[in-house]
Amino acid sequence: MGLSNKNKAILAGPLSKNNPIVVQMLGICSALAVTSKLEPAIVMAISVTVVMAFANVIISLLRNTIPNRIRIIVQLVVVAALVTIVGEVLKAFAYDVNKQLSVFVGLIITNCILMGRLEAFALANGPWASFLDGIGNGLGYGLILVIVGFVRELFGFGTLLGHQVVPEIFYKWGYVNNGLMILPPMALIIVAAVIWIHRSRNKDLQEK
Amino acid sequence: MEELLSTFVRAIFVDNMVFAYYLGMCSYLAVSKNVSTALGLGIAVTFILVCTLPINYMLENYVLKEGALSWLGPQYSGVNLSFLSLLLFIAIIASFTQLVEMVVERFAPALYSSLGIFLPLIAVNCAILGGSLFMQQKDFAHAGQATVYGLGSGIGWLLAIVGMAAVREKLAYSDIPKPLRGLGITFILTGLMGIGFMCFSGLKI
Repeated sequence: MGLSNKNKAILAGPLSKNNPIVVQMLGICSALAVTSKLEPAIVMAISVTVVMAFANVIISLLRNTIPNRIRIIVQLVVVAALVTIVGEVLKAFAYDVNKQLSVFVGLIITNCILMGRLEAFALANGPWASFLDGIGNGLGYGLILVIVGFVRELFGFGTLLGHQVVPEIFYKWGYVNNGLMILPPMALIIVAAVIWIHRSRNKDLQEK
Repeated sequence: MEELLSTFVRAIFVDNMVFAYYLGMCSYLAVSKNVSTALGLGIAVTFILVCTLPINYMLENYVLKEGALSWLGPQYSGVNLSFLSLLLFIAIIASFTQLVEMVVERFAPALYSSLGIFLPLIAVNCAILGGSLFMQQKDFAHAGQATVYGLGSGIGWLLAIVGMAAVREKLAYSDIPKPLRGLGITFILTGLMGIGFMCFSGLKI
């Protein structure tokens, strides 16, 4: 299926040049909190992508009927309804992960990515473009989550998705899991490292 | 009384919204460029937390929870409306934010213009909805404790954003590697402050 160039840009832009986390500064709270292991990070990324794609489509369809003054409330209601559905689905099919994510499933509502993209994109574009924008931003967000989750689980627990990957023999030689990786502040520092690498490759994004 | 004090101190230092749960990071990163604006936003967030937590506590315990409606009559005791909690919480928070926005616009127009878009966006500040959701998890004994928890987490957030703003004001004079300027260095600083705050985690009150 051929996508026009414009739509390709909408879909691929958020993966790097216009990444929601490291460039647009959106959705940082949840990105940091759920990434101490890879599995919850992936589940969170999928949930956000789904909610964002559908919220974008719904708001985009409604964009000409919503009065400007109450648009934030309307957006919140649409997003809250979608998040409730996703939350119930997670409870039914992935109960353990849902427990690990705790309040952060509910907090998808206040995830700034959603409001940011709804305000910036869905209110001004048609449903198909908005759908692609939602998917693209969700994937861009997921990419950072997966990178951070990967690093933290690998060095913090020596596992990936719960499977041991650091060989037993390393521990016998005196290798020790880095306990600092599991603690909250390390997530921030890893994201900072991602930003550093990303911005030294894309010089136009540097500030000042 | 002791219980209230302990909830209060824990909410500020041990379970700090920013450093332990990363809540409210978006406005925290965007508004922490100078101290007076940061202070204004911090006070607004604290105020909204203090107002919305007891209301949401009442909603949770007298309307939403399983069996919460039994005061209406025995036939309602099996009703469980907790799937509506997200919708109702966010509605309460959004209406209070609207109220604060009007008050600030009337009495502190300078602050209003410097906060800009971030004032209405308090409604989607994760720290506030997060406060209500943690309240739901923690099963507080009465509304007073929920209020104290709201006040504590608000002050914790205020402390974090004002501290960060103070550091960033000084940072303007330092020589940072170019790719780290702005967002990157702020992340690292928040991480370091978080490590500092971790020394409170052994605190037993």
